[in-house]
Amino acid sequence: MKSSRILTRLAASVLALALTGSAFAKSVELLNVSYDPTRELYVEYNAAFAKYWKAKTGDDVVVKQSHGGAAKQARSVIDGLQADVVTLALSYDIDEISEKAKLFPADWQKRLPYNSAPYTSTIVFVVRKGNPKGIKDWSDIVKPGVSVITPNPKTSGGARWNYLAAWAYALEKNGGSEEAAKKFVADLYKNVPVLDSGARGSTTTFVQRGIGDVFLSWENEAFLALKEFGADKFEIITPSLSILAEPPVTVVDKNAKKKGSTEVAKAYLEYLYSPEGQEIAGRNFYRPNVPEAKAKFAGQFVNVKLITIDEVFGGWQKAQKTHFADGGFFDQIYLKK
Amino acid sequence: MSRSHRSVIPGFGLSLGLTITYLSLIVLLPLSAAFIKTSGLTWEEFKTAVFSPRVLASYRISFLASFAAASLNCVFGLIVAWVLVRYPFPGRRVVDALVDLPFALPTAVAGIALTALYAPNGWLGHWLDPIWSSFVHKLADVFPFVDWVGLLGAKLAFDRPGIFIALTFIGLPFVVRTLQPIIEELEPEFEEASASLGANRWQTITRVIFPQLLPALITGFAMAFARALGEYGSVVFISGNMPMRTEITPLLIITKLEQYDYAGATAIAVVMLVASFTLLLIINLLQKWSRRHHAV
Repeated sequence: MKSSRILTRLAASVLALALTGSAFAKSVELLNVSYDPTRELYVEYNAAFAKYWKAKTGDDVVVKQSHGGAAKQARSVIDGLQADVVTLALSYDIDEISEKAKLFPADWQKRLPYNSAPYTSTIVFVVRKGNPKGIKDWSDIVKPGVSVITPNPKTSGGARWNYLAAWAYALEKNGGSEEAAKKFVADLYKNVPVLDSGARGSTTTFVQRGIGDVFLSWENEAFLALKEFGADKFEIITPSLSILAEPPVTVVDKNAKKKGSTEVAKAYLEYLYSPEGQEIAGRNFYRPNVPEAKAKFAGQFVNVKLITIDEVFGGWQKAQKTHFADGGFFDQIYLKK
Repeated sequence: MSRSHRSVIPGFGLSLGLTITYLSLIVLLPLSAAFIKTSGLTWEEFKTAVFSPRVLASYRISFLASFAAASLNCVFGLIVAWVLVRYPFPGRRVVDALVDLPFALPTAVAGIALTALYAPNGWLGHWLDPIWSSFVHKLADVFPFVDWVGLLGAKLAFDRPGIFIALTFIGLPFVVRTLQPIIEELEPEFEEASASLGANRWQTITRVIFPQLLPALITGFAMAFARALGEYGSVVFISGNMPMRTEITPLLIITKLEQYDYAGATAIAVVMLVASFTLLLIINLLQKWSRRHHAV
């Protein structure tokens, strides 16, 4: 297998040599279509991977990045953006690519370990220094007079995690009563003054514009905000219960095949699970999923009870339909007013 | 124009053919794509897509804010254009070039800049917000519509006024640039003649100057209005994007697209197209009428 691969590559480079007379190493370009807060992670990871790939194969690989709200990104790929790999905020959006554009099989999530999520994250609160509103848990942010910043769950993957985490908390507190959860989430959104379309926009609103008392954020984005804008201005509060967010990754088979980048695209994602890949994820405040790396970074993250979308909501497809589709629970919140 | 009456300028057939082909390619083809995509919906689906309460609220916001912004631009655009043409002052060329900036600036940049300015912690926002809110309260005592359009208690940024601010910003050059050439052609002799015939200043303005500017003003209004209706980039940063309150129709279209609801998105787009087209047609007729009635 390996030797035949080397042979093919040899043949290819001989051919390239014959054709151009000068090319020794191939130069490959990958396009990674990702969601909003992974910018820093993939800047670092791409450089590490390029080095690794150069050492392994002698080929140069340039990874281009595209970032934005997860749904918008998925739609770009459906509409024909030539992504070799997608690394999005939640599996629903990747499911949609598979279903609508048939670019890879529907069981894509089984192709890589841990549900194809090399790293996980969760939802935490960011509050202003000193926590002036005394926010400790979900029940504090639905109180009148507390202003909450979260993006629009219809367009932002992160915002859907926020919404579902709040819902799960209310379910647990109220013995599984859906009515109570509905009211809880409605109260929460009554406290939201601005709905940005993506997670990065919300960070800007909270940090730069100074709007809101609490910002529901990806854990990694929260750490990043603290690192970038100063721990003297903000604090991270971890609620008693949150949701296990698994941002999955996959190769876009048909695009990669067309561009002849299947091999490097696969290696690109697999390397995310390597010690170096996991280390970079941890350094960028994602929770590594491979046990050794997980243990190494354990001190960085607060241990919090994490529920999963499958156990509470029966998977993304179902959650999407009940909560975020047109006329779903989220829409009902705003129509009632 | 009838063809039996031969034009002095040759090449009518060729140029008309070229015009129609070009317009079809550039304008009609993309627009008809929207109609075709929508035709895949049943009437019921179409109705829920375009007449749900949230969508209706967004039409109201989009049309009202665009109308208000274009109206304000007519007032100040007229003044700006007048000053730029009639009064030589140092730096006039620079100011003249400044007017075009909203044309050239990427709308997202405009949106971010405006938000940074008008946000409660922004340079303008932190002292304008209190003035604005007390002003609105006083205004609401006199004009109840202030409350009706939801301005009471609204901050400048991240609320309805923000939409208006952004739309005013992007619309200004349309009014100024359509008025400038007309004012340039307006000989000061007209005013002098009017004055020497015994008209006072107010009469000169309303009876001599304004009627000549009106058609161009209407054109400028129509362009600023149309541009505002379609504006997306700058508004989403400053509006707060709250459903039922500050969600403009273009944002709703994007939201639908991001939910992979292509047909629903194009259905709303079709409604916007038809409404805008009707409005522009009415404005054009109005302009024709004003040209006929106020022609000098």
